[in-house]
Amino acid sequence: MIAEIAQYVSGTFLVVGAAFGLLAAIGVLRLPDLYSRMHAASKAGIVGTGLIFVGIAVVSLDGAVILRAVIGILFLVLTTPVSAHLLARAAHFLGYRASDLTVLDEMEDNTHTEA
Amino acid sequence: MSGAVFLDYATQVALGLLTLGLFATIIRIARGPTLPDRVLGLDLLTTLATGYIGVIAVRTGFMLYVDIAIALSLAAFLATVAFARYILTRGSKGREGNEKARGTEQ
Repeated sequence: MIAEIAQYVSGTFLVVGAAFGLLAAIGVLRLPDLYSRMHAASKAGIVGTGLIFVGIAVVSLDGAVILRAVIGILFLVLTTPVSAHLLARAAHFLGYRASDLTVLDEMEDNTHTEA
Repeated sequence: MSGAVFLDYATQVALGLLTLGLFATIIRIARGPTLPDRVLGLDLLTTLATGYIGVIAVRTGFMLYVDIAIALSLAAFLATVAFARYILTRGSKGREGNEKARGTEQ
């Protein structure tokens, strides 16, 4: 009985997580510049893969697998913002500009302006 | 519909959605237009592949795949950090796609 309920819940988590992954990819494909694409990739990407890990934890009903899924989620939550920040910082420093639709760029002065 | 059958359908749908996402990301990587765009695409590609491995773990029942998924996300993190350092040290040379990236081009 418990295993049956766990299978329904886990299947739902897997589909929703995969849908978030697809949304992240569509965002990366459709958004106008690097910085807004980065926003889609890091946020929706974490949620998608994190929900799939939750689905694994629910269906396994096993302490060791649940622990590993939690470790996987924690690792994603720790590393993805760091790598996105490093990439955005490097790109902005080198003068890759945001799209003309951008309203405010508070780090404008930090750009390396030498041609 | 029993739980096992539902889980089978759910994993198939999830694999289909993730495959569409991988294709969309590959189109972005091919189009560019700048190097950071491609690095971002590769980062998302490995994140989606991590999810793919997770769904395969549920489908086959081999929970060892979870360890592989964690290891792949570690490799993806290190690769993105290395690419970011590379972009930073490459300096202002080779900004080939920059003018194209100014507009609202997709």
